[in-house]
Parts: sequence; C-alpha cells; structure tokens
Amino acid sequence: MEFFSAKEVCKSFVNHRALDKVSMSVPEKSIYGLLGPNGAGKTTLIRIINQITAPDEGELRLDGRALKPADIQRIGYMPEERGLYKKMKVGEQALYFARLKGLDKKTAMKRLRVWFEKFGIQSWWNKKVEELSKGMQQKVQFITTIVHEPELLIFDEPFSGFDPINTNLLKKEITGIRDRGATIIFSTHNMGSVEELCDHITLIDNSRSIINGPVQEIRNKFKLDIYRVGFEGNANKLHTLLSPAYEVLELTGGSSGHSARIKVHEKSSDNILLKLLIPHFHITSFTEEIPSMNDIFIDLVEKRKQTDNP
Amino acid sequence: MTSKSSIVIAREYLTRVRKKSFIIMTIIGPLLFAAVIIGPAWFATLEDREVRVIAVIDSSRLFIGQIPETDYLKFEYLQNTTVDELRENFDETNYYAVLYIAHIITSTPSAVQLMSDRQPSLNIRMHIANAIEKELERQKLAAFDIEDLDRILESVRTTVNIRTIIWQDDGGERESFSELAMIVGYVGGFLIYFFIFLFGAQVMRGVIEEKSSRVVEIIVSSVRPFQLMLGKIVGIGMVGLTQFLLWVVLSVVLVVAAQQIFFPDIGTPSSETVVAEDLFSSSTLQQSQPIESEQAGRFREMFASVSAINFGVMLFSFLFYFLGGYLLYASLFAAIGSAVDNETDTQQFMLPITIPLIISIIVMMNAIMNPYGPIAFWFSVIPFTSPIIMMARIPFGVPLWEVALSAGLLVATFIFTTWLAGKIYRTGILMYGKKVNYRELWKWIRYPG
Repeated sequence: MEFFSAKEVCKSFVNHRALDKVSMSVPEKSIYGLLGPNGAGKTTLIRIINQITAPDEGELRLDGRALKPADIQRIGYMPEERGLYKKMKVGEQALYFARLKGLDKKTAMKRLRVWFEKFGIQSWWNKKVEELSKGMQQKVQFITTIVHEPELLIFDEPFSGFDPINTNLLKKEITGIRDRGATIIFSTHNMGSVEELCDHITLIDNSRSIINGPVQEIRNKFKLDIYRVGFEGNANKLHTLLSPAYEVLELTGGSSGHSARIKVHEKSSDNILLKLLIPHFHITSFTEEIPSMNDIFIDLVEKRKQTDNP
Repeated sequence: MTSKSSIVIAREYLTRVRKKSFIIMTIIGPLLFAAVIIGPAWFATLEDREVRVIAVIDSSRLFIGQIPETDYLKFEYLQNTTVDELRENFDETNYYAVLYIAHIITSTPSAVQLMSDRQPSLNIRMHIANAIEKELERQKLAAFDIEDLDRILESVRTTVNIRTIIWQDDGGERESFSELAMIVGYVGGFLIYFFIFLFGAQVMRGVIEEKSSRVVEIIVSSVRPFQLMLGKIVGIGMVGLTQFLLWVVLSVVLVVAAQQIFFPDIGTPSSETVVAEDLFSSSTLQQSQPIESEQAGRFREMFASVSAINFGVMLFSFLFYFLGGYLLYASLFAAIGSAVDNETDTQQFMLPITIPLIISIIVMMNAIMNPYGPIAFWFSVIPFTSPIIMMARIPFGVPLWEVALSAGLLVATFIFTTWLAGKIYRTGILMYGKKVNYRELWKWIRYPG
C-alpha cells in the first residue's frame, strides 16, 4: 500500500528549474532510496515534503490524503547539513526539538530517557553540545529525529560523519524502525547502503526523475548478460568451443582452476551456454553478473550528460 | 501553532536570561547609572579638601586683604618680591599659584595674571575674578560718593526666576520645567537608541548562529520560518524588557542605599528619591513659597518640576516606543542575519539600519532644544526615527494627535517591515555560500509563496 506519493512536482527558483515533474510513490513500511548526483534536486524535493518550501505545481499525498501543515508532526527529518545549538545542553535541546514536534514535556522526557539509555549516552544529558564530538552529536540528532515516533522518516545522507561502528548501529536502528511500521525515505550517494537497505528507489538527475522502482527490478533491467563461470579443464578449448554469439571478455586462472567472464549476445541463451560447457569442463560455479546500483547510477548520469552535450 | 511559537519564545528568553553576560550586565548597568548620579555629587565633596595658598603680588595695592578666603583657599599678600623671584624658587615655596595684579588694573580690567606650574582649577579662577570684579565695582561706586550706598544696593538687588506656564486646550494650565524635561527626554531617547542597537544586534547574531550551525533546517521542519523569526524577536524583546525593569529597580535601590552611606544628612535631590517625595511636594509648594532661603527654593523648584512630569505617561511611552522601535528594527536585523553566512558579511546591510538611528541621535539634540519645531515634529512622526525623537519630546508635552499619528505610523511600519523581513528570512536561512547583494534580496521579496 502506498503511504506517501508525489505527483508531477515542479519547483523553479529565480533562474533555474530545481524539479521538473518529479513523481514518486513510497510504499508503506518500506525504505525508499532517493538517489541523484549533487545539485539534482533531492534536497529541494525533501524540503517540499517537509513543507519547508512549497511546490509550484504538483500534488503530495500522505496516508491517502493531501499533505497538510499539521502533518509535519508525523514526519521526522534529519537533514544532510545538520547542527545543534552549541551552547545549549544536550538534554534540554533534545527536549526542545521534541516539544517543537508536538510532544508534551512529560512524554518527551520519558521517551528521551529511553533513547539516551539505549544509546548509552545518559551521562551527556547535562553536557553542552560543543563538548561533544561530531559523531556524538549525530547520535543526539538521530534521537531528536525519531523521538516523536513519526510515521514517515526522511534521512538525508544519514551516514556522513559516522564511523563504521556507529554507521552499523544506525543501519540497525533504521531497519528496526521500518520493521516497527514506519516508512523511510533515504537520500544518499552511498550506493552500497542503498543496495543493503532500500526496497525501492528513485533516481533524480538534472531536476528529473529518470528511473524508479524496486531495487531488484532495476538491477535486473540493467543486466548486461554477462556470466561468470568457474571451471576446471583446458582453458584453450573455450575459444574454439563457443560460437560468435558468445564473447569471452576475460579469462584468468592457473593450475587449480579457471574463471571466465562471458557475454551472451543473444538473449536467454544462458542455459545453452551451460549445456555447451558441461561436456568439456568441470564447472565449479556459474553466476550471472547483476550490475551494482553504483554502475547503474554512473551509467545513467553519464548517458544523460552525453545527450545534453553531444 | 501558537503553542510552538511560545516554545520558541521560551527558549530564546530562558537561554539568554540564564547567560552569565546577562546577569553581569544587569548588575553593572545600575552600578553605572548610580555612579553617574552619585558620582559628581560625591566628587564635589571630595574636591578642595586640600588647603591651597596663593601668593598675591598686587602692584595696584588696591586688593590687599580684600580677596575673601575660604576654608581651603588662602591668600598671602607679598610686598617685597617680584614674579621672577617667585618663579625661580616656586617649587620650594609650596604656593599653589601666583596672582599678579598690575597697577593699571582700574583702567584695564584684564591686567590680572594667575601663574602656576599646573592648570589652576576653574573654581579658583572664578573665585578670584569675582572678588576682583566686586572690589573694583565697589571702589568705582564709592568714587561717586553716594550716601547710604550699601542700603540702596541691598534694596536694588533682585533675582528673577521665570516660571513657564503651558496653556492647555481644556482651559487648565501646567507649569513646565524645561531643564528637567530636557534631561528626561535625552535619557529616554538615548536609552531607546541603546536598547534597539543592543537587542537588535542580538536578534541578528541569534539568526546567524542558527544558520551557521545548521540547526535552522531542523527547526523549520517543525516550525514555520516566520514563527521562528517572530519567536526569536519576541523572546529577545522580553529579555530587553526584563533587563530594563531590573535596571530600574536595582538603580533605585542602589541610589537610595548610596545616599544613606554618602549623604546621610542631606536629601540630595537625585531623581529617584524625588519620585518618592513627589506625592507630598505639591501640597507643601503652595504654603511656603514667599519666605524661603535661596537654596531651599531651588530644591523645592526641582521637586516641583519632577512632580510636573507624569511618570506614568513617561513609563508607558517609553515601553511603547521601545517596543515599537525594537520590533521595527529587530525584524530588519533578523533579515540581515538570514541573508549572510557570518557576522563579517553584515557590514553592507547594516548601513541603512544604522543611519536612521544615528540621525535620530543627532536630531534628538535639536528636538530637545526646540521640541515644537518642524524638525522635531517631522522626525517624531517618521517611523524610523520616531521612537527616539518622540521619546525625547514627550517630557515637554506633545499634542495627543501627534502622538497618535506617530504611534499609528510606527505600528503600521513595524508590521510592514516584519512582513518584508519574513520574506527575506524565509529564503535566506536556507541559502548558503552565496554572496548576497541588494538585487538578490529584492528577488527574494518578490518571490511568491
């Protein structure tokens, strides 16, 4: 079921178009990746969802109804460029943000205590923010983003500035929140974390949405029909054996075994390839290469640039 | 929505009021005020405790023994010595100064010299000049040989005090005391100028802090930018009011306490105690006017003049013009803060804000001298200068319609500037790394939504 959607959203600034008919549909209880190079319009779209700026055109829906100002209570936002009041005490500040999101003082206090305990940072409550390291501040920020238990969470580059240990902690929390029923929009350049976490993505480039859908579907769509075969036997036979429909891209190996990357020029002949090979070699592995999100991302953005500047 | 504004206001207020600098300012302010009020009086009592001896060389021989001495000022009349001799051994003689009166003094009154190795005090110069003038006048009058001269002179001596009365529209009249009105007007106007700058700059710094620490993006995802701006302005305005009220209370306490310590006997007519006496001074004024000593009369006059100023009106108009002026300028300060990335970039935008304030202070001098002139009128109506100029004029009594016009324009203008600033602020706080100029600001203002 769809929880949030944007339909044909347009936004122009004085002399530049930031978003051009961008649409997205975020399923309930999913992690939705919002991808794109710098300056593509991601932050603008996120600000529109948070109602920090208004779209020129287009429709936004949350939970089946048009997005309205009161909905900001149901949204949690951790911006890419984030900070805290340096001179203010950690606990007081967390309380302030929680109350701005509509929690009453007592509930906010109770929930903050739980989260501070969970992250093992109770002792920071009375410290000033400027006494904390950047990573510590990020933890506090994460807590202030989720303390009002929003149904829709937006993370803009959440892992920047985190060390690997805290990144893992954060990933665990993000999937945990999803499992408890929240929907998450996740904007990043880090394609590794996209493959790991996201169920769906939209790729925005140059103000337009150029592709969207489930991650697996997209990766399959961009398959290049390349197979990686591990085998034992006389590797020289490989070239004579294969017809022009197959191209050996790479052949490596030694006494213990060989590995070859073979591109299939005719669709759906992977089984035939296997049949061809089995009589002559001892096959140890056979996998299809699925392109990484990183490759797809670079590929698409480069292609767009070429068509823009021929 | 309103409760969110109040959360913002509470944070802005509490974080500032709890700051060390606020507490220090609150204590130091009244100490300074008290020092300004008590200081001169105290210094006056310290002055001239030292006995000073002046050597007099009188070639005219008219003034020997004639210059009156005081407890701390003595004169020694030397006969067989010259100025040059004295000058040579001046260090050993312990004289404070040497007074030389040439013999041509009767025809050339300026033939008097006071010589010393340091600048003789003004008081001493005045004292000597007065004595010589009087003595010369006396001797010249004596040359006319008039009978009963002393008695005639006594009966001729007159002091004139001009009381100024303002006729009021309702047929009544009111006594005015321009000196005191000038002081009250000046202090009031200056305080407003000071508060606008002090707290306006705090608003600007607060906005820059939020922007440069990037905390603003988190806040505007919960609160609308306009609410945040208004919350900050109101919160800091309340800090200003708190500071002002604490200053008033502490100043009164300090001045009264200092009086008890330094002048336990005399009721020095400092403004605060006079306020307290204001209640009964008007009744005593009528009874005892004709027969009283000169000094008592002066005190009474001051008491009366203080009571003529309506402190309720003064306080109310101070609060109104402080808030009006503050709201007008604070929103502009907020807009500037939102448009820049750090405080050093504020210079180019500060100028248009600083100029009307500085003009106000210059015009205020004129307005105090001539509170009903066209300059005073126009600048007390124009909203950008009216908080300071009108405040300076109010102690003199200003027609109600002028106050109403000025107040109305001020309210309308601060609503307008707040709206305008809100438009700049909304775009500015999320704009980083861009050198902003006036054309850019204009674009932001015209930007829809």
